[in-house]
Amino acid sequence: MRFVDEFRDGRAARALAAELRSLVEPGERVKLMEVCGGHTHAIYRHGLDALLPDEVELVHGPGCPVCVIPMGRVDDAISLAERPEVTFASFGDMLRVPGGRRRSLLEAKARGADVRTVYSPLDALALAQRESSRQVVFFGVGFETTAPATALTLRRARALAVSNFTVFCNHVLIGPALHAILDSPDTEIDGLVGPGHVSTVIGTRPYEFVCREYGRPVVVAGFEPTDILRAVALLLRQLREGRAEVENEYGRVVRREGNPEALGAMREVFDVRPDFEWRGLGPIPRSGLQIAEPFAAWDAERRFTVPGARIEDPKACRCGDVLRGRAKPYECRVFGTACTPERPLGTCMVSSEGACAAYYAYGRHRRSAA
Amino acid sequence: MSVPEVITLADGAGGKASRRLVEDLFLEELRNPLLEPLDDAAIVGANGTRIAVTTDSYVVRPLRFPGGDIGQLAVNGTINDLAVSGAVPLALTAGFVVEEGFPRDELRELVASMAAAARAAGIAVAAGDTKVVERGAADGLFVTTAGVGLLDLRAVLGLDRVRAGDRLLVSGGIAEHGVAIMLARGNLELELAVASDTAPLDGLTATLCSLGPELRWMRDPTRGGLATTLNELAAGTGLSVVFDEQAVPVREDVRAACELLGIDPLTVANEGKLVAVVSSQAADEALALLRAHPLGSAAALVGELREDSEPLVLARTPFGTRLVEMLVGDPLPRIC
Repeated sequence: MRFVDEFRDGRAARALAAELRSLVEPGERVKLMEVCGGHTHAIYRHGLDALLPDEVELVHGPGCPVCVIPMGRVDDAISLAERPEVTFASFGDMLRVPGGRRRSLLEAKARGADVRTVYSPLDALALAQRESSRQVVFFGVGFETTAPATALTLRRARALAVSNFTVFCNHVLIGPALHAILDSPDTEIDGLVGPGHVSTVIGTRPYEFVCREYGRPVVVAGFEPTDILRAVALLLRQLREGRAEVENEYGRVVRREGNPEALGAMREVFDVRPDFEWRGLGPIPRSGLQIAEPFAAWDAERRFTVPGARIEDPKACRCGDVLRGRAKPYECRVFGTACTPERPLGTCMVSSEGACAAYYAYGRHRRSAA
Repeated sequence: MSVPEVITLADGAGGKASRRLVEDLFLEELRNPLLEPLDDAAIVGANGTRIAVTTDSYVVRPLRFPGGDIGQLAVNGTINDLAVSGAVPLALTAGFVVEEGFPRDELRELVASMAAAARAAGIAVAAGDTKVVERGAADGLFVTTAGVGLLDLRAVLGLDRVRAGDRLLVSGGIAEHGVAIMLARGNLELELAVASDTAPLDGLTATLCSLGPELRWMRDPTRGGLATTLNELAAGTGLSVVFDEQAVPVREDVRAACELLGIDPLTVANEGKLVAVVSSQAADEALALLRAHPLGSAAALVGELREDSEPLVLARTPFGTRLVEMLVGDPLPRIC
């Protein structure tokens, strides 16, 4: 498979692993955060952690869109889905996310709510056009990766005057989340593996504050094994040379300026919320998007009322610490017991990109072997 | 662990939740020594012969897909449950639940396809039943088949016969049925010519049965894919299953589709593939037997069973190893 196989070459990976070993001093500790859940998934899926020197620890960041949606918003989604006139369209990943009392959209569906899985917001719009007697609500989740697709869909909904379509907007921004993590007093992160897909939209410039304000290097990386190993090598080299810069390992798709058209669509359709609550991280100022006034008619939160209740994260769940890199998934008391991928307590256990789910699915054996 | 009060689609997905439903509800209520092993078919002894009995329901949507249809699937699926139990299929029965309003011609075509599949496999649909339900009470057509087979006395199969050091074979490219169904549903806007692999496996299993006691265990990895079957193998034997991910045959276009969709081919359904465990000394012969059969030309030796502190399924990648879990959640309901 072109564009995949060349980045999954075991020999190249082992050469990179040797390079990594030459870039660390025996006994030193380097903590690098891979911001994006896609990287977390790839690291475990390929067993890459085995190729890292003992001195380097990868910490799983907040970049899993499913994992950061707070339970109150899931309950809001369920309340929308349970309205008799509503057909609720969502990406499949969101269906198993537990809200308050551990109820999920999947259970709401089993009890009679009209919940459909879609692969794109455009599919949800097409559904609204096909079933004009239904109120189709699309569950908009995700970072700047998926927000442009929602923006384009809203543009199209307006252009075609589709009146039975709305979006329940939960899109979030990566920059403010990184701020919140780096501001946290007990964060010990030496550098960041920057997200790949988000960066195709926003470019590499929005990470420059990490270097300027926090003195940490950032390397934007692709999702294949050699991409990730190369990014780690670039970070170690920067640390060794005392540099803190934004480097772009994913040059085959990421540009410094990002994708101006996608950014333009987002600016037109969304406003930044004054603040938005993140699962595990609490409210973060200017970190979420809402639908802007000219598109108000397609905003589910304006068309319907949602409970909007804030629900505390379950006390036993350490999602917040996991997202901040303060705890490894297995250090959480409920990991693998009360919280498993099939009955998740915390959202990090839901999506295959969640740190806990990835660790549960692919990584556990290394601890049991150790 | 709490379970939802109502049945959700995950309970039928063939993964962990299904397993729990079967063990905690069905087995709990129906418990008997024949059912207890929870194998693909039960083995019943009568008058000195040993008979395999099995049943399966088919709710696939759409009813037709590249490479097959519900009729063909209902015949092959039940033949395969008998075949991997080491039985020679003797006869099938078929039950039809038809929704009011279903086109008569379409029903005839699907039943004709069923007949063709049965003829091709040399087996008769010997009894049947039909129910028609009101519009909305079923989605078009559901088919249930049951089958009986005569045990092949050359082979003695069972999870209890698997030993550390035994080898693992896969009869051909995985994930084709699941990918074909995904594409047939037409909401992915991918244009790939992937057909379902639905096929009767009794020819392949019969050729492996000639290995006698060197053949330990067989299974057809349907819903939940190879990942789920191997986890059942590990759990049932108490041994770890270790395999080379790159040795598992996956057609290039199937691999590309899975890559694009972000799904692991190991968890995608098959309807005409066989997983077999054989002794290490019989491994090469088993591979040669499979490859000599038209349905096994892409067969491969992929791994082995190993004594471990905890029975796990581990895939060796070019970079390290990873744990392979049973399918959780349902990427795609109603694939068979």
